[in-house]
Amino acid sequence: MSSPFSNKPFTQSFANEAAPEDIETKAHAGRSNFRTTVVNLERPGDPSIFDEQTRADAAELISRYPEGQSRSALLPMLHLVQSVEGQITPDGIAFCAEQLGLTRAQVSGVATFYTMFKRTPTGEYLVSVCTNTLCGMLGGDEIFAALKETLGIGNNETTPDGTITLEHAECLAACDYAPVLTVNYEYFDNQTVGSARNIVDQLKSGGRPMPTRGAPLCTFKQIERQIAGLFDAETLAPDAVSGGEPTDAGVKLAIQRGESAPSYAVEDGGRAGGESSAQRASQQPTSAHDAPLQTHESDPANPAEPGDDKGEEGK
Amino acid sequence: MSLTPVLTKRFGTDQPWKIDNYERLDGYAGLRKALGMQPDEIVALVKESNLRGRGGAGFPTGMKWSFVAEPKGVPQGQRYVVVNADEGEPGTCRDLPLMMNDPHSMVEGIIIACYAIHASRAFVYIRGEAVHAIRRVTAAVQEARAKGYLGTNILGSGFDCDIVVHSGAGAYICGEETALLDSLEGRRGQPRLKPPFPATNGLYQKPTTVNNVGTLASVPYIVLGGAGWFKKMGPEGSPGPCIYSLSGRVKNPGQYEAPMGTTLRELLDMAGGMSRGKALKFWTPGGSSTPLFTDEHLDTPLDFDAAVKAGSMNGTSAIMIFDEDDCVVRAVKKWSDFYAHESCGKCTPCREGTYWYIAIYERLENGTGTAEDIETLLDLSDNILGRAFCALGDGATSPVTSSIKYFRDEYVAHVENHGCPHAGSRTLAGAH
Repeated sequence: MSSPFSNKPFTQSFANEAAPEDIETKAHAGRSNFRTTVVNLERPGDPSIFDEQTRADAAELISRYPEGQSRSALLPMLHLVQSVEGQITPDGIAFCAEQLGLTRAQVSGVATFYTMFKRTPTGEYLVSVCTNTLCGMLGGDEIFAALKETLGIGNNETTPDGTITLEHAECLAACDYAPVLTVNYEYFDNQTVGSARNIVDQLKSGGRPMPTRGAPLCTFKQIERQIAGLFDAETLAPDAVSGGEPTDAGVKLAIQRGESAPSYAVEDGGRAGGESSAQRASQQPTSAHDAPLQTHESDPANPAEPGDDKGEEGK
Repeated sequence: MSLTPVLTKRFGTDQPWKIDNYERLDGYAGLRKALGMQPDEIVALVKESNLRGRGGAGFPTGMKWSFVAEPKGVPQGQRYVVVNADEGEPGTCRDLPLMMNDPHSMVEGIIIACYAIHASRAFVYIRGEAVHAIRRVTAAVQEARAKGYLGTNILGSGFDCDIVVHSGAGAYICGEETALLDSLEGRRGQPRLKPPFPATNGLYQKPTTVNNVGTLASVPYIVLGGAGWFKKMGPEGSPGPCIYSLSGRVKNPGQYEAPMGTTLRELLDMAGGMSRGKALKFWTPGGSSTPLFTDEHLDTPLDFDAAVKAGSMNGTSAIMIFDEDDCVVRAVKKWSDFYAHESCGKCTPCREGTYWYIAIYERLENGTGTAEDIETLLDLSDNILGRAFCALGDGATSPVTSSIKYFRDEYVAHVENHGCPHAGSRTLAGAH
């Protein structure tokens, strides 16, 4: 290419100093904000390596957005190509560009901005340890240090067998379960150095420990497909836990103390006030009283079982 | 103040995320009622309730909606509801449990919001890492569609609405509403200059309201209970139930839903007190971007107005609690690492300022800090605060300036001791 805007001249100008891979590494070391780094696009990438299924998936994702706004599908599409390749490659960038009518520069500009788009091959399991202030000070820093030692790898590195990639993560929105880590983004709550070591030991030997909250583990590529927004009946309704003691702490205490929000009456809804919503949630509903409206078919055969402890065990 | 579970009332019940269980406990009754009202009446009701945005800024939701509902010339389908479900503020762990356990309350709130502002499409922008919430919300949208709560001619009302669940990809800045919109349009998540505001030039340059998960989940209850009911909880200017998320050195961390204006003393009592018998030292009232409070503020009412009056903000009502054995310099260093990592790079004061922060904190921690460093931190904060497009830079200064305000002695001790005076902390300084 003779265009002054092709990336060739840039590659050449850097060539005397360092290999292209090193440029990115140096940028990481010098600046902690990776968002100002660039992705190595030394080859143009080949969109044709993606199969018919991936093309159909891409079409499905694009169809979710209004006409003429296909670019909105770019983040899901990058998750999609990552679900095929386990990282963002020049091929994945070229594929997204081709599908969305963008330039590769536009796509790589977006791909480099987001932490979840990995620029190096990612293991079967991505282990993310929260080292933000709260988790870090409650033991997350020790856990991260211990896993680095156990696995013999550093931050954003992968074990030689390709099983585990380790990273430290920013706040994972589970501070009430601190310290936490995630494996392929499923929660392992209230960790210790011992329990975290146990998790990676199991992963290394082919086991799949059950997350505390979230679905049973799958591979990094499989979870990336779900994050892209592509589910089947099984992945959408897994046998998964959603809550736990901290999640339910307030509501349980309210029941114990007999406290509740002020009650409200639903006019024309056939329901009298009197009882608070929390109280109702804590009791087995009586069908007529609790039927939201006459149009709703109450279902006495399947009464809710609030108040029992099932929430903790999930389901 | 007593507990008032409203948004959390279904937590711990049998599979509350399933639509049948949700319907048994008031579910979609608010929508049925709303569809019998005029859209303007709903906007007026939400205005009257004085519901303020739960995402942190506390902007009145009804007013936000009225801006979007106003430009009458815009046809239906040419405006949008966008849900900010990019929960990532350090300490904040409220929206994810809500979506994981009770996604339908948010979905119902979204449909009512769409009806109120004449929108027919909503986008839920969920943090990419929150895969289990993505799952639950996606399933809830499908269930709602199958039951006729979404789609065309909803419950025979003639109103059409659908929801797209959209995953982010790991960027705290996308919790800022204009960065979120850019990200949703498939771009780098960088904030836009305001004005124009999203109410006129939002998603695809169309009128858009961006609301937090908890804000929208409150709407069905307001429709059912009325503005008067909502205002029975909390102070007049900042009413309603608030989910306080307690974490850190507390015996029973978790989600405690109580009226706005509850104090930390009351919340600590609910959560069983401090976890290791040590004295309270510092805490955040609403995530790391809100200035620290200390034991002086145990009786400060935690609502949008009173928290500001006391020198901080209610923010996301994410209360991280630290005790006397926790080093405040170490805590702020780690928050600064976070802001430096998450600064989008658009504005120089934020991008460079947070980078300087971590270099200085590094020195204070490794024992090479000087007295001048403390002054430089304050000077630097002056040069970040109010000098960037969005609130990320402002937020980064909060823990720095507030910790120096309340704990200057501890900074000085780091200089004079050539490192952290807290036993055991030094060995961990390099763990990050």
